[in-house]
Amino acid sequence: MTTALAATEITPKLEATLPGCIVESNGNTVVVKAESLHQVASFLKTTAGLDFNYLNYITAVDYQTNFEVVYYLTSIEHNHDIILKTRLIDREKPALASVVDLWKGADFQEREIYDLFGISFTDRPNLKRIFLWDGFQGYPLRKDFKP
Amino acid sequence: MELINATSPEGYSSRELDKTEGESIESTRKLFQTPLADPDGWLGDEPGHNIILTTADSLINWARSSSVWPVNAGLACCAFEMISAASSRFDISRFGMEIFRPSPRQADLLIVNGTLTWKMAPQVKRIYDQMAEPKWVIAMGSCAISGGLFHNSYAVVPGVNMIIPVDVYVPGCPPRPEALLYGIQMLHKKIKRQSIAMRRIKA
Repeated sequence: MTTALAATEITPKLEATLPGCIVESNGNTVVVKAESLHQVASFLKTTAGLDFNYLNYITAVDYQTNFEVVYYLTSIEHNHDIILKTRLIDREKPALASVVDLWKGADFQEREIYDLFGISFTDRPNLKRIFLWDGFQGYPLRKDFKP
Repeated sequence: MELINATSPEGYSSRELDKTEGESIESTRKLFQTPLADPDGWLGDEPGHNIILTTADSLINWARSSSVWPVNAGLACCAFEMISAASSRFDISRFGMEIFRPSPRQADLLIVNGTLTWKMAPQVKRIYDQMAEPKWVIAMGSCAISGGLFHNSYAVVPGVNMIIPVDVYVPGCPPRPEALLYGIQMLHKKIKRQSIAMRRIKA
């Protein structure tokens, strides 16, 4: 069984390397600022002792006041996992750095979030709709979507 | 030599079985010593004994309704009921339609089974357009009839009659194979009332 890594084991290291990137943390969840997400993800993947080399999934939630993008990371080596979150206030053009360069498996899931939530991911190739067709109006998983 | 009278688990002795078998063979052999006549007595008859008078319509409709070949196009879970209807337990071949064609050009019947999404709609429409006349359509299951559970969805066609004309609607979620077979029988009845002088309404 994979053990959930307590956020308190990660936050001091993160704070030391990337000061001010953490918004809040509790349990096994760390919420970071959207602009430092890629640096945090890269740090979690490459730092010895953490080695989050496996991305379980990415998903997004619409809280109406903001979007929350959730990354569930696991280290195969150390058999521990952590949940990484980030918040986006902008509803018009929400954008976030892509993590495809770190985990290949993020590709389709980022495209799915782009398709259904309208959150675009920067610095990645082939960002286009995956389920719905080209020309579809609106983003169906947003709470304010009206068909 | 004394024969060993071994007893089988059923309680019959094998010797008795042998005896009945022998008797049956001997009696058959005694009975059938001459060849039976070939059934060709009617061949020399006057014409009139083998003529059936009918109309072109009923002959053509009989032929069409007895060999409705469906096109192989499963969309969702209803397809499994269609597959089941085609398999030995329900046996669609009793109606002369066991040949599911992978090509629409050789098929007469399109069974739209399951949820049709707008993304899939052009392909289904294309299959229908590629089928040669005469052609018929069965909408199988709630989703194909009206969109069913997904009626209000942004991604689902609310009924296949939005894109192609439907002959028979088979309700259910999913309909059992018996229901599909009943629908097929209804379609047969419909075909039998058709006339070659009547053109189908173009889609």
